[in-house]
Amino acid sequence: MNDTNELHIEGLTKSYGAGEPVLRELGLTVPAGALTAVLGPSGCGKTTLLRIVAGFLRADAGTVRLGDRLLSGPGVHLPPERRRIGIVPQEGALFPHLTVARNVAFGLTGTDRAERRRRTEEMLELVGLAGYGDRMPHELSGGQQQRVALARALAPKPQLVLLDEPFNALDSALRTGVRSDVRAALCATGATAVLVTHDQQEALSTADLVAVVRDGQVAQCASPQDLYRRPADPWIAEFVGDAVLLPATVDSYGTARTALGPVPLATPPGGPSAGTVLLRPEQLRLTDTDSEGTVRGTVTDICYYGHDAMVTVTVEGHDTPVGIRVAGPLPVSQGEETGIRVVGEGSLHRGGGLRG
Amino acid sequence: MTRGSGAGPGSRPPLILLVPACVAALFALLPLGYLAVRALERGPAFAWDVVADERTLQLLGHSLGLTAVVVGACLVLGVSLAWLTVRTALPGARAWSVLATLPLAVPSYVAAFAWLSAEPDLAGFGGAALALTLVSFPYVHLPVAAALRGIDPAQEEAARSLGHGPLRTFVRVTLPQLRPAAAGGALLVALYVLSDFGAVSLMRYDTFTRAIHTSYRASFDRTPAAALSVVLVVMTIALVAAEARTRGRAGHARTGTGTARPAVPTVLGRWRPLALLWCAAVSAVAVAFPLGTLGYWLAVGTSATWDLGGLAETAWATFGVAAAGAALTTALALPVGVIAARHRGRGARLLEQAAYAGHALPGITVALALVFFAVRYAYPLYQQLPLLVGAYAVLFLPVAVAATRAAVLQAPPVLEDVARSLGRRPWQVLREVTVPLAAPGVAAGAALTFVVCMKELPATLLLRPTGMDTLATRLWTETGAGSFAAAAPYAAALILLAAVPSYLLGRHRT
Repeated sequence: MNDTNELHIEGLTKSYGAGEPVLRELGLTVPAGALTAVLGPSGCGKTTLLRIVAGFLRADAGTVRLGDRLLSGPGVHLPPERRRIGIVPQEGALFPHLTVARNVAFGLTGTDRAERRRRTEEMLELVGLAGYGDRMPHELSGGQQQRVALARALAPKPQLVLLDEPFNALDSALRTGVRSDVRAALCATGATAVLVTHDQQEALSTADLVAVVRDGQVAQCASPQDLYRRPADPWIAEFVGDAVLLPATVDSYGTARTALGPVPLATPPGGPSAGTVLLRPEQLRLTDTDSEGTVRGTVTDICYYGHDAMVTVTVEGHDTPVGIRVAGPLPVSQGEETGIRVVGEGSLHRGGGLRG
Repeated sequence: MTRGSGAGPGSRPPLILLVPACVAALFALLPLGYLAVRALERGPAFAWDVVADERTLQLLGHSLGLTAVVVGACLVLGVSLAWLTVRTALPGARAWSVLATLPLAVPSYVAAFAWLSAEPDLAGFGGAALALTLVSFPYVHLPVAAALRGIDPAQEEAARSLGHGPLRTFVRVTLPQLRPAAAGGALLVALYVLSDFGAVSLMRYDTFTRAIHTSYRASFDRTPAAALSVVLVVMTIALVAAEARTRGRAGHARTGTGTARPAVPTVLGRWRPLALLWCAAVSAVAVAFPLGTLGYWLAVGTSATWDLGGLAETAWATFGVAAAGAALTTALALPVGVIAARHRGRGARLLEQAAYAGHALPGITVALALVFFAVRYAYPLYQQLPLLVGAYAVLFLPVAVAATRAAVLQAPPVLEDVARSLGRRPWQVLREVTVPLAAPGVAAGAALTFVVCMKELPATLLLRPTGMDTLATRLWTETGAGSFAAAAPYAAALILLAAVPSYLLGRHRT
């Protein structure tokens, strides 16, 4: 059954008025049964994309298919109520005039009362809120409201669930818990889901697949690990995490020469070339200054987070300071000299420019 | 949040809203259109003769003079009371603030009745200016007090730390920020004075409204009344346009100051007794005096002057006609209010603006227009109840539309999106989500409309069926004849009946 729930978007274009297009021929395929995050900075068009898929907005061009149904296309615009797409908006948006149970049952039309009640209870149990049916929305905490909103969206067994930055309004202590509850509930139902967010940590930790949207197009769509380890360009590298970007020349053996010394490449180019090498701060280690062949630098800043710390070091021959993530006790203090060693492989990006 | 709003700028309202909204808008524009037709019927030359007549110029002088004096006095009262109650350590500041808003509930003709019954010699310019000032200064007080609360005290602290004294800081930093609020309030007062009929007619001071009434009553030729109405309408429309402009700018200036912490109150020191005296004096003349006079006349009234049966009958008739007015107005306002809240296209704006026409039209001109219209096209309606109820709807549609719009805006549009995604069609969303959520606000708007219908005087005088009286018309007639003791029970009943919905509204909010 899941195979029919694939979301397939092609050539989606949308502009408001005479302004610059918000979406430029965007294409995206969301596999059935997976949770896919649409990640992008604010203004990148991700909310517009979500509203077009849900049917609240009409695209200027392009098609949206769900399974074997055409939802939007030239001359076709299925109204939202006939799309079988559930949405979980920011801050839940429960109907304030209805009880929790009636909120969840809102989408259950055309079934008899006993069936509606059974399904409502089942859904509330799924999100861990069994017995809360008679409460009013304002009597619930923010996290509970968000889980009711998910239950409400899942109750009519939609083919697709859209989550629009649903964890934004929650404070950070609550966020992780609700996030994993939502993930568990989605997995339990096997629903295809799209999570729109601007929070890269949320995208990487929650989704099976992450689509990075930039300037109205999908810049890269990959699993969280691939995205972090092998970003398509330096902009994405910096957007999904802290990055150390080093100008480099590559010799014929596939080793990059950088300000931090030689760095082996994950996928070396065929011959000599030049570009930018990407490393992650956790790939850099602090060492003694006197070991042979070490690159030296001066510690200019330390941000201490508890579980780890980010040490900023200026290196001769490289004008931007590099960040080094250090777990455990700090071996250095500000102003000290330190050695730097690179661990693992870097990835090479041609063209070098940071902003794509 | 803003990007998540339900209907995009290009989206069209569903027909189930659009059709009734267009009907309401056309209905609201009918008097304006017909007035123009009628005024120009005998040719533009004739209309121009009436407009350029010496008598018209005299009326213009009277109306503008009265407006200028009342606006000036209201600015002094409103700004001073707002500053004293919001920004100083005045004892009982909250109570004074409430007292300063109470005069809004006193119809101008009740104030005129109170002053005339105490001192008949007040009739004329002075009396009219006094009565109108004391009922309309809250229009300045309220927005200025709100603006004062909204100004971030950090700005004033910055000015003080830069070496400005308290007075200089007030003049250079605070006052300029109050200007939009004060200007908006002043324009509302001007609009009130220009459209007022009750106070000027009882004070026998000839302004446009009184002259229109006299001309209509005195002659079978109604074209002069129509021409005068057009002049008056042009003046009020100019004011409304000016008011809308200041309101737009004032709103802009206030954004982003929402979380300002409250200012440290200014210590009044040796000025304290004087400040208290000022607040007490204003409250005494604006609130205590009308109530006291009313009490006095009620007390001296004997069974001979008290006609309890007549009073009950009039109160019942008033109740009925005001309820009908509120019902029709609310029904017409509902589709317009929903569209105004949820759709932002040019057409939606046009609909809303059309519904606001009544805001610019003095009651007497709406009444005249409907009389003309009925006599010409719907004679059976002439001097019948439906025409009066229709006039209420035209006049008070803005009140109900504003309430509906605000009520719908309270419910986030994303709720409607969610309902659509859960399988509801647009009209089902309206029935199951939008209307239930907006219901308390719409009901509040209906109650408010009921109160203003009940207090309405000039249109009621012209359009009421023969033999029917409302509390307002009875009060006006008795006061005009100098029978103050006979008028008092009607004033008391009016205030009591108007207080019930106000009380319920207050309870509903808390």
